[in-house]
Amino acid sequence: MTTLAVLEQRDGVLRKISYEVVTGAQRLGGSVEAVVCAPAQVQGADQVGKFGADKIVTLTNPAFVKYAPEACAQALAERAKQGGYRTLVFAASATGKDLAPRVAAKLGVGVAADLTDLAADGSGLVVTRPVYAGKALMKVKVTAHPAVLSLRPNVFTAVERPKAGAAETVAVNVPPGGGRVIVREIKAAPAGTLDVAEAQVIISGGRGLKEPANFKVLEELARAFGGKAAVGASRAVVDAGWRAHADQVGQTGKTVSPSLYIAVGISGAIQHLAGMRTSKVIVAINKDKDAPIFKVADYGVVGDLFEIVPKLTEEIRKLHG
Amino acid sequence: MKIAVCIKRVPDSETRVKIAADGKSLDETGGGVKFVLNPYDEFAVEEALRRKEKAGAGEVAVLCLGPAAAQETIRTALAMGADRGVLLQVEKIPVDPFEVAKVIAAELKSTIWDLILFGRMAIDDYNTQVGSLVAELLGLPCVTAVSHLDIEGTKGVAEREIEGGIEVVDFPLPAVLTVDKGLNEPRYPALKGIMAAKKKPLDVKPVQPGGGALEVMALTPPPERKEGKIVGEGAGAVGELVRLLREEAKVL
Repeated sequence: MTTLAVLEQRDGVLRKISYEVVTGAQRLGGSVEAVVCAPAQVQGADQVGKFGADKIVTLTNPAFVKYAPEACAQALAERAKQGGYRTLVFAASATGKDLAPRVAAKLGVGVAADLTDLAADGSGLVVTRPVYAGKALMKVKVTAHPAVLSLRPNVFTAVERPKAGAAETVAVNVPPGGGRVIVREIKAAPAGTLDVAEAQVIISGGRGLKEPANFKVLEELARAFGGKAAVGASRAVVDAGWRAHADQVGQTGKTVSPSLYIAVGISGAIQHLAGMRTSKVIVAINKDKDAPIFKVADYGVVGDLFEIVPKLTEEIRKLHG
Repeated sequence: MKIAVCIKRVPDSETRVKIAADGKSLDETGGGVKFVLNPYDEFAVEEALRRKEKAGAGEVAVLCLGPAAAQETIRTALAMGADRGVLLQVEKIPVDPFEVAKVIAAELKSTIWDLILFGRMAIDDYNTQVGSLVAELLGLPCVTAVSHLDIEGTKGVAEREIEGGIEVVDFPLPAVLTVDKGLNEPRYPALKGIMAAKKKPLDVKPVQPGGGALEVMALTPPPERKEGKIVGEGAGAVGELVRLLREEAKVL
């Protein structure tokens, strides 16, 4: 019984989330074959064995230099049909959310999406997915063949193990011109900006920041974490135009699961909690001791954020200094 | 421009989730659950209306798979300005999104649409895929999570947010797009629109989706987070906070 773990690369480098996908795929037992679409051999592919893949296959075509939705979907669906895998595992990342349903539809199934847990169960699979803004967990039996799954980022912590995997490169054909839907360019965020979806530490600000310029206190705290932290935002401040939608954490923004989430001046509306309640440790800083955010926070500090946050920045700098 | 917008009736995000006696579904009895038009679908309806207005002619049809009560959801979209509605009526929305997609694709395929729009995801089941599945079933190009859109003739350029950047995507029409927040600012239905919506055509077609390959075993509340503690007040509490984060939570 082999599981196909679908990895992601950008600019020829394997994305970190790929290792989580391999780790997740491993939970199903049996062997794991990892696959990535790329123009050529990708950097990091030799590490995949260490995360539990028995084999890594690079499907190559010049069209894969940027994400090519239709070409990747076709190549992966063909691979899946030939390989007869029991299960396909994707990341529920921006790319995975786009790609997994395309592949699934070609295989005549839907995606069990955005999973926070999965296990083999006799002849089938049982998976867990948060629904209703994270206010309930749905346990679902998947009998599709193959089963197509996507895993919520940052939930399946990548585990290294001493094992090397075999590597294989296969040139594949793609639709003419790489397909009808073509990624023309990627406008990158300014260098050094970490995306909230990928950060281990997130410091999010809400209306309590009072004005957009004050986000600099959060940016300084983020910097003190030395490249591990990103600055997030509540819906209120995104709707007010203070911060970009890309930074929004919550139901109409991103769902995040960092190791440490620091909510600053955020009251904790249900729509915000939907996006961050699976964070491992939550810290709330708010002047209102009755703010709902304190109900989900592991640690709370009540008071003026403009005094508390700079002090915290100083302490974190000492640790990382 | 002939545009179809696929919408969903979902529980409002503020709804208190009560699990039904079967332990597998949401308890909708007693009027405790308020249903709304899925927020992402509002962006889709708005975009369709703007495209039709810009073209100066065309039609915006709203399609919804749901129970009889979803007529109300369709009326909301009609009140915003859509021309007509179709309810694919089911008792229960299938758990398997592929079954949902098959029914929707079957309804859409008899007409040539310039655009078929969906919200990026529904806020109840977070499936984030029905638009993509429908596009595959219809053999149409698809761009997901569109937060900016330009269309000239039959050529489209869309932007979609990815981790750490924005992808700029070229695609031809006709196409299926799933739309994200940021694309536009949805209008509120005006009283005139609400009155007019009552007279707009709304077709109800009973459908029988298949059983699918996903079966709900249980719906449970999320694990309670361990009761947190207030470390203290003001900047004086920061030292203790950092100690706890290091020694107790071990995240520093």
